[in-house]
Amino acid sequence: MKGIKFAAAAAVILASPSLAFAEPQAEVLHWWTSGGEAKSVAVLQKEFTDNGGTWTDMPVAGGGGDAAMTALRARVLSGNAPTAVQLKGPAIQEWYEEGALADISAVAEAEGWADVLPASIAEHMQCEDSWCAAPVNVHRVDWIWANADVLKAHDISMPSTWQEFNAAAEKLQAAGIVPLAHGGQAWQDATVFEAVALGILGADGFRKAFVELDEDTLTSDAMVAVFDQMRTLRGYVDRNFSGRDWNLATAMVMNGEAAFQVMGDWAKGEFLAAGKTPGVDFLCASTPGDGFLYNVDSFAMFDVDGEDRQAGQALLARLIVGKNFQKVFNLNKGSIPARTDVSLDEFDSCAHLSADDMATSSQNGSLLPSYAHGMALRGAQAGAITDVVTAHFNSDMSSADAVEMLATAVANSL
Amino acid sequence: MADWLERNVPRILLAPSFLIVLIFVYGFIAWTAWVSMTRSRLLPKYEIEGFIQYERLFAAPRWDTAMNNLFIFGALFIVVSMMLGLLLAILLDQKIRIEGALRTIYLYPMALSMIVTGTAWQWVMNPGLGIEAVVRGWGFENFAFDWVIDPDMAIFAIVIAAVWQASGFVMALFLAGLRSVDDEIIKAAKVDGIPTWRIYSAIVIPSMAPVFLSAFIVLAHLAIKSFDLVIALTGGGPGYATDLPATYMYAMAFSRGDIGQAASSAMVMMAVVFAIVVPYLYSELRVKRG
Repeated sequence: MKGIKFAAAAAVILASPSLAFAEPQAEVLHWWTSGGEAKSVAVLQKEFTDNGGTWTDMPVAGGGGDAAMTALRARVLSGNAPTAVQLKGPAIQEWYEEGALADISAVAEAEGWADVLPASIAEHMQCEDSWCAAPVNVHRVDWIWANADVLKAHDISMPSTWQEFNAAAEKLQAAGIVPLAHGGQAWQDATVFEAVALGILGADGFRKAFVELDEDTLTSDAMVAVFDQMRTLRGYVDRNFSGRDWNLATAMVMNGEAAFQVMGDWAKGEFLAAGKTPGVDFLCASTPGDGFLYNVDSFAMFDVDGEDRQAGQALLARLIVGKNFQKVFNLNKGSIPARTDVSLDEFDSCAHLSADDMATSSQNGSLLPSYAHGMALRGAQAGAITDVVTAHFNSDMSSADAVEMLATAVANSL
Repeated sequence: MADWLERNVPRILLAPSFLIVLIFVYGFIAWTAWVSMTRSRLLPKYEIEGFIQYERLFAAPRWDTAMNNLFIFGALFIVVSMMLGLLLAILLDQKIRIEGALRTIYLYPMALSMIVTGTAWQWVMNPGLGIEAVVRGWGFENFAFDWVIDPDMAIFAIVIAAVWQASGFVMALFLAGLRSVDDEIIKAAKVDGIPTWRIYSAIVIPSMAPVFLSAFIVLAHLAIKSFDLVIALTGGGPGYATDLPATYMYAMAFSRGDIGQAASSAMVMMAVVFAIVVPYLYSELRVKRG
């Protein structure tokens, strides 16, 4: 008798979670662990718990996400995927092809994501016909930052072509100022390279070369010109640039040691943290040429069991694309909201410029994924291109050789 | 029962570690070999596709650079460390007064991790901060020591740091070897009026052959597995000028989601290790048999 009672009680206890409304659960794998980024994630975490969810944080620091990806691989292989993972660009599609992602179309359609996200960014969030990821922000990569006082002292305005930039750089160099602050790390070389490529190849050429990997474009004369400009830029960086971190290069612009830096808008965070004002102490402009290279952080939703975890996934997706989070998060991070209907009143002038350009370029088809930041190509192809770019920039290789190497490297990486 | 235990306890005690080595060393070597024959990208796949990854590997200029660097670095690192270590050992062997203190000082770099060595030497050799800046500060405006930022010379900068780290250890090995040479022979040679340099070159060094071999094996495997020193000192740069096979493999496996390519580079690295270790084992075993 006693035994039966116990069994009945146990059955009730075991069954109760599914009887009650499933409480949203989310285990979130991300690598936003540094000061400003951690603060940004905390915003999401708070909103999630305010909406009755239980958030399990799984931050994995190190290696620009490499460590987190290794952890993710282990989790997926052992059949225990996290609920949501910070992933971006083609990596989302790669994980979808491994059959690891969930379908969150229900949330996306209820919230009308298709109407508020720029089409080319929405495309990254879709796996075939369903939605599988939620965008957090839009970083613009093709920015050029400048020290306002240095430019004024030498009577230079923000360049609108690379020729103008070269002329300004010559003038600055003669005056003993480092024209271009740069850090010799492969990804920074690639960042400058893609900004130059966008300016010289144009939006269509950029898409053909770095999205479609069209061989004719990769070996075209225009590509030779891109490498020529890279060689010219190599003359404008200081001797100690090898291995320098990007924020140290930003500091050089800040204290007037250097005039310009080509870097994504995370550099703005450095200026702001140092108490500088955009438009007064430092200037921001898009790099010469039309177009907009975006680097969009997003959370991919992994296939998980259990109603509570699926409810957590839906809630998380709804909150991430929600107006409030998009505003608060991006104010912290220096980027702009991915959805286009968020009020930008509290944002600075650089963010306004970024949002305006995003709208324009989305209209005319020049809103393009950044190759250097893993938005345009898969790891192996992007890596192969970066190898060539950095080998060329850091040696005396000729532009013609570099273009030839580029075509072989891309073919070899497929 | 006691008899049975006596016979089998060693086997029972060794079995777990034997099993662990079997699975986690040889098992995973076999797994890596298998994966290197597939088109694995983000996650391992198991359909054999032939030697495609090895073809890609040998077509990649970055891998060429990595292998060339391994041979330059390995050869210089081993030769210079051994010569410097031997020289230091012979100098210390002259019955000098504060030998104990000097020995500790020379051996000390070995106690540092490669990351520390790499970071420290990165500062020392940085043209804007280190030796070059100091010497220019003394008034020699044309002095240049910019190996770390010169893609053709950067690998030699890494050799300097590695030699600094390892030569003290080699010195300790040789010093032990020198001390084990029979004193009577040396005394007899001295009585016969043979000059010191001749005693070393004709008697002491030849009798230390086994020590040379040990030093070589230790240094060779240090050279092949070098990874942290490069990461800390140059990050593989400028460009990928100081890439080594180990850093190449890391980039492919963990940054680029190209596991098949990483596996094939790991197999080639293992082949290089075998090329060094197998002759050594062979000579060792042959000596024992004879």
